[in-house]
Amino acid sequence: MAAHVLLIEDEPNIAEAIRFLLTRDGMRVSHAAEGRAALKLLRLDRPDLVVLDHMLPGLSGLEILSAIRADPDSRDLPVMMLTARGRDREMAERAGADRFMTKPFSNAEILAEVRAMLGQPRRNP
Amino acid sequence: MPLSALTGTKLRDRRLLLGLRQADAAAQAGISASYLNLIEHNRRKVTPDVIERLAEVLGIDRAALVDGKDAALVEDLRAAAARSGQDAELDRIQDFVDRFPGWARLLAALDTRGRALERAVEALNDRMTHDPHLSQSLHELLSSLSAVRATAAILAETPDLEPDWAARFHRNLHQDSERLVAGAEALVGFLDAGQGIEEQGIVAPQEEVEDWLRGRLWSIADTDLADGLEDEIGNLASSAARSLARGFLKRARQDAAAVPETAFRAALDDLGPDPLALAEGFATSPLVTMRRLAGVPSLQAGLVLCDGSGTLTFRKPATGFSLPRFGAACPLWPLYAALGRPMQAINARVQMAGQTDRRHRVIAWAETRHPEGLRGPELREAAMLILPDDGIGPVLDVGTSCRVCARAVCPARREPSILAAEGIG
Repeated sequence: MAAHVLLIEDEPNIAEAIRFLLTRDGMRVSHAAEGRAALKLLRLDRPDLVVLDHMLPGLSGLEILSAIRADPDSRDLPVMMLTARGRDREMAERAGADRFMTKPFSNAEILAEVRAMLGQPRRNP
Repeated sequence: MPLSALTGTKLRDRRLLLGLRQADAAAQAGISASYLNLIEHNRRKVTPDVIERLAEVLGIDRAALVDGKDAALVEDLRAAAARSGQDAELDRIQDFVDRFPGWARLLAALDTRGRALERAVEALNDRMTHDPHLSQSLHELLSSLSAVRATAAILAETPDLEPDWAARFHRNLHQDSERLVAGAEALVGFLDAGQGIEEQGIVAPQEEVEDWLRGRLWSIADTDLADGLEDEIGNLASSAARSLARGFLKRARQDAAAVPETAFRAALDDLGPDPLALAEGFATSPLVTMRRLAGVPSLQAGLVLCDGSGTLTFRKPATGFSLPRFGAACPLWPLYAALGRPMQAINARVQMAGQTDRRHRVIAWAETRHPEGLRGPELREAAMLILPDDGIGPVLDVGTSCRVCARAVCPARREPSILAAEGIG
C-alpha cells in the first residue's frame, strides 16, 4: 500500500508542487491549509508522515506539533517541519520535530528526506 | 574646598589684565601681599571667604574660579573615564580642563558620540531581530521563493509532464513571480523608509527633551503652555522625544491649571519654597507644587522624578548636585526612601560627595496612582526637589552614582568607584 503523507501548508502553490512531487513518487498525499482541518484529518485518515509548515494562519506549526505529540495515538508519528528562519528551528526541535527543511528547499532534498523518513522504523517502536 | 589647581593662575592673569598691582589687590581684599603672592602661585589653599573677596576685587565670578563653570565638563570626563575602564589620571581632570579646555570638550563630545553610536547599533540590532514588518516581508519573500523554486524544478526536471499540469505550473510560476516582485518592493520600501539617524536612537529621547528644556532654562510660562509650543516640539529630532515632550507639556498644563502662575508667585512669596504648604493652599498634590517650584528660575532648584522601578524619568540638575547621566543614581537619595513610603514627606540636608563647601536641602515625596482603577496595577511616582542650602546642622552624605562617587566609606556602595577616596591625604 502507498505511504500516506499529510501535508499541512497554507501556501497553495507550494502545497501543489510538493503534492505533485510526492504523488508522482508513488505516495498518497492529503493536504490541509490550516491547523484545525489538519488535526481533524489526522484522526480520520491516519498518515505515515506529516510535513508541517511552521508559519500558518490560526494555529501555528508549533501548536499543531504540540497537539500531535500530546495525543498518545500520534505521539510517535514522524514529523518534518518546513521552517524559514534559523531560530524557529530550535523551538521546533524542542517541541518534538524529527526533521527540518529550510525554505527555500529544493525538490530533490525534500523528496530524499521524505523517502528516508518513510523508510525508517517508527520512532520509539 | 575643591579649588581648581590653577585658581591662583587665573587670579594672577585677571589681576594683570586689570593692571592692578599685587599689593593693591591684596590690600583691597584685606590680605597681605605675600599671602596673595603665594595664592597666585598656587602654593596656598584659599578659604571660601578669601576667594569671595578676591573675586569681588577682580570683578570675576567666584564660580568660574572654583568649580562652577567647568563642573559639568569635569563630571562628563569622569563618567567617560568610568565607562572606558582606562587608567586615566582622575586626580588631574580639573588641571586638564583648565589647561586644554578645547581638547577636554572634544574628549567629552567624543564620549557622548561613542555612547550615541552604541545606542544606535543596539537600536538597529533590535530592529533587525524583532521588527514584525521586516520579518513579515522576509517570510513573504521566502515563501514565494520556495514556491517558485519547487514549481520551476518540476517544470525543468519532469520529462513527461502532462500538458495540463505544465499549464498549471506555468500559471503558478507567473503568480509567484508577481508576488516575489511585490514582496521585494515592500522590503526595499521598508529599508529605504528614510528614518533619520536620530530615529535610530543616536540621542536618548529623554536627553533630547532635557536639552530642549535646558535651552529654555527649565521654565515655560503659562501663556506658552497654553500655546502648545508645537513648533518647538517639531524641532526635536526623534519621534520618541517629541512624544515625551508632548507628555511633559500635557502634565505641565495640568499643573498650571491647578496652580496658576500669578497666584503661585504670590503664595511662594508668602510661604517660601515649601511644596507641602503650597499644595495645601492650592488643594493639590505636592508633586504638582514640586514641579511648579522647579520651573521658578530664581530658586535654582533641581528636581528628579522616578517611577516605581527607581528609574529617573526627569532630571533637572542643581548647581553642585550632579545627577547621573545614565544608569542608576545613589541609593541614599531621600528620593528612594520616599518611594518606599508614599505620602510621607522627607526633608533632609544633604552633602554631595566632592562638594565640601556646598550643601543642599532636599524634599522628597511619593504617591501611588491607579490609572486603571481598582482592577489595574498600582503605580508609584516619587519626586525630590533639590534646593541650595546654607543652613547648619547634621547632613546626610550622598553621592551621584557609585562609579563616580568619591565617598570613601559607604554602606550603600554597590560597585567600586574609579575615583580616589575622599578624605585621604
